[in-house]
Amino acid sequence: MSAAPDLITRQIQRDIRNRWLLSLPALLIILLAATGPLLIVVVYSLLTPGDYGDVKWVFSTEAWVSVFFQRDMFDDTLTPASAHLSIFMRSVNLSVMTTVFTVLLGFPTAWFIATRPARSRDLWLFLITIPFWTNILIRTYAMLEVIRNEGLINTFLMRSGLIDKPLQMLFTDGAVLAGMVYTCLPMMVLPIYASLEKLDFRLVEAAYDLYATPFRVLTKVILPIVKPGVVAGSILVFIPSLGAYVVPILLGGGKTMMVGNLIGLQFGQGRNWPLGAALSITLMVVVMIALLAYVRYSGGKGAKAHG
Amino acid sequence: MKTKLALALTGMLLASTGLARADGELNIYNWGNYTSPEMIKKFEEKYKVKVTITDYDSNDTALAKVRQGGSGFDIAVPSQSHLPIWIAEGLVQETDVGKMENAKNIMPEWSNPDFDPGRKYSAPWLWGTVGVVVNTDVYKGPADSWGILFDPPAELKGKVNIVPEMSDILYAAIKYNGGKLCETDKAILKKARDTLVNAKPNWVAMEYGTIEKMTAGDFAASSDWNGSAFRQRLAKPSIHYFYPKEGFTYWSDNVVVLKDAKNLENAKLFQNFIMDPENAAMLSAFARYANGITGSEPFMPADMKGANELNVPADKKDKAEFMRLCDPATQELYTKIWTELQK
Amino acid sequence: MADHRDTSFDVRRLGGFTFIAALTFFALYVPIAVLVVFAFNAGESISDWQGLSMKWFAIAVTDARVIDAAVRSMVIAVSAGIIATAAATLAAIATTRTAPYRGLSAKYAFINLPLMVPEIVTGVALLIFFSRLKIWTGYSGLGYLIAAHAAFCIPFAYLPIRARLENMDDTLERAAADLYATPLRAFRHVTLPLLWPGIIAGFMLAFVISLDDVVITEFVKSGGQDTLPTYMLGQIRRGTTPALNAISTIFLLFSVLAVTIMFLADGKRSKDQ
Repeated sequence: MSAAPDLITRQIQRDIRNRWLLSLPALLIILLAATGPLLIVVVYSLLTPGDYGDVKWVFSTEAWVSVFFQRDMFDDTLTPASAHLSIFMRSVNLSVMTTVFTVLLGFPTAWFIATRPARSRDLWLFLITIPFWTNILIRTYAMLEVIRNEGLINTFLMRSGLIDKPLQMLFTDGAVLAGMVYTCLPMMVLPIYASLEKLDFRLVEAAYDLYATPFRVLTKVILPIVKPGVVAGSILVFIPSLGAYVVPILLGGGKTMMVGNLIGLQFGQGRNWPLGAALSITLMVVVMIALLAYVRYSGGKGAKAHG
Repeated sequence: MKTKLALALTGMLLASTGLARADGELNIYNWGNYTSPEMIKKFEEKYKVKVTITDYDSNDTALAKVRQGGSGFDIAVPSQSHLPIWIAEGLVQETDVGKMENAKNIMPEWSNPDFDPGRKYSAPWLWGTVGVVVNTDVYKGPADSWGILFDPPAELKGKVNIVPEMSDILYAAIKYNGGKLCETDKAILKKARDTLVNAKPNWVAMEYGTIEKMTAGDFAASSDWNGSAFRQRLAKPSIHYFYPKEGFTYWSDNVVVLKDAKNLENAKLFQNFIMDPENAAMLSAFARYANGITGSEPFMPADMKGANELNVPADKKDKAEFMRLCDPATQELYTKIWTELQK
Repeated sequence: MADHRDTSFDVRRLGGFTFIAALTFFALYVPIAVLVVFAFNAGESISDWQGLSMKWFAIAVTDARVIDAAVRSMVIAVSAGIIATAAATLAAIATTRTAPYRGLSAKYAFINLPLMVPEIVTGVALLIFFSRLKIWTGYSGLGYLIAAHAAFCIPFAYLPIRARLENMDDTLERAAADLYATPLRAFRHVTLPLLWPGIIAGFMLAFVISLDDVVITEFVKSGGQDTLPTYMLGQIRRGTTPALNAISTIFLLFSVLAVTIMFLADGKRSKDQ
């Protein structure tokens, strides 16, 4: 009587075991060469800064206090760490904007690639990534050449008589955003393409034939297919953008810090490794919570059963 | 014919003894784009040593990596501000540079520095100063003051860049307010912070790319290193380097041999080698900074001889001091001011 | 896969999409064009044009350090890219199209963790860990860099592949299983071809991410292991010369060459079929 359910349970268990085995290589690599050593960082956040970098093995919670509160440098009073908060919010802001713009540009681009003949799709995909075979530094300098006062755009606009004074584009927030969108574009286009490519365009066609409005076609046919791609792309754009600093410095002038700079400062010139460690753990936890909430909310998680 | 052969054989023999004495490798860990390839080639040929160069981009990264060890470097080139830490933490070997053959070439002012008394550990690489560059096409007035950056004249407003070296900029702001190196007086620090915060709206950027952006006209004034200023003037003669009258700092990079160096003998040979005037001149010609070696000037490129950027004027010499690291508590205050400035 | 060229699908309604795509490609290549042009600059600057010259190419290709660094970057990016993509593919299969099971969310979060850690923190942590390993084992080769790159590339390969797999019909695979194909054969002949666009996308991302990394590499590298980005890092302070543009141009040439070969091979394959 109970043999059949038993068999099913055993099958499910075997399936789960296989799934763990399959993910083992990825988990091991990440454990050994990325996150495992981070335990050191957790420990470091609870130690005292070494006199000249590194740490002293003396327990202290000062770093954690400094993440959330600032001790006034002149009268020692504790107030919420507004500097950290404003830096964090700036980074979040930039990441959100970058994600939005990469979706706006990346989705149509991925659509365009996915609707090419099967044979040339890989080629178009390759064309998206070729600019990134160059180095970020050189690439950003080239962008600078395009937008600076004596740069390509201004020269063109002045020669054509559209403006008579160069537009200040370099060292503006717009320049940073443009640079970030540029840098992150492949991270959005490629995942969207990967999910869009499996869309059966005859479905779209059929939907149109049934006199569905473009909006309905979009929400009922296209979105469910591309959603996992957009979710994946957003993660790949949003999270790394939080730590961005090369583009903000070179195109934005670096007058204001990003989270990446703030943490880098503690490990570098600031020589306060525990604070750097505590700041980065805080960032990780916030991002992790946001990620899990986002994935759950967007319904793109594998936990939703399919078949 | 026979004598020729004998000579050739002796030559080969000499070469091979040289080979026996300094066979193998040398692993150099140095600032990026800082090591003259010609000089390295000369060293390799002279001692039959294969030199490997690896780059770093900050004293803090270099210190962190060398502390952990295991990377296989024989030689590093820390700045004088950090050198005492390397020595105190036992990261470097005492190679008695001061007694090496070429040590006699070290200029008197560099032969017994505070950061390495008696030159027990380090050989001088290059040195320089931190000051102010101004494009005199844009602003013609007097510019030998940190006020150019902190209280810029109308012509320079919105065209000032600050090279984001925390210690250098805080030093400048403290000096500007009458303080001293590693100032701890909170009244002065407060003034320094206010100076920086109030000056910031006049700045266009805080970044490193001064050579390119000063010459292209994106910046009209900046804090800068003297060698960088020198290269800017060569590209654009209207750019001048000024030594701030409130006080400015020297820096000096020095070659040390690491404790776990596998190629100790080659490393020592290298320390001695760079103190030769001709070789030191090669370093200067490549990186465009002055060296501390007597007699190297005749070997330097003509444009470097007597250059204002590379020679501190006599009347400013007493305004200069060596940058050093401040104690951790002071450092923490500085970091807070710096974070406040860029929040 | 169906060929859509001849369907009656109304492409006009998506004219806007094509326009945006064209704009995107244009915007992507303008700075690249500038970069290539300045590789031929006679002057010292990468932004101040002073006439045509090939000298920076001559300088770039005779500079042993630059060549070494470029080759090393390639070796690391290809190895790390392949390792990351392979591991990510397996992990993606293991974490999609399943009923929830214990640890699934944790697994998902863990695989994406490298994205969330600021690079400098991973760099410092790996420096401490790998330095011990280097001293214990006496091995200080490229393996450390490849492992580190593979690790932070995994999420970049994993997410596109996963996006591909999600909602993907598994009828074919079930059919294959029903036909008593071994799991390996079913994977090789059914799942893999279906997954392929995701794998390609994942690999390309992993590859360029590895190629561009500087901070982690800076902390992990041993003596003589500069990559092109860490080599260039030193130039931020001392000013860049067009030699770097020249190297980048050579890299671009390589990539174009790779595309051409890929395209030709692809054409041949479709003819063969």
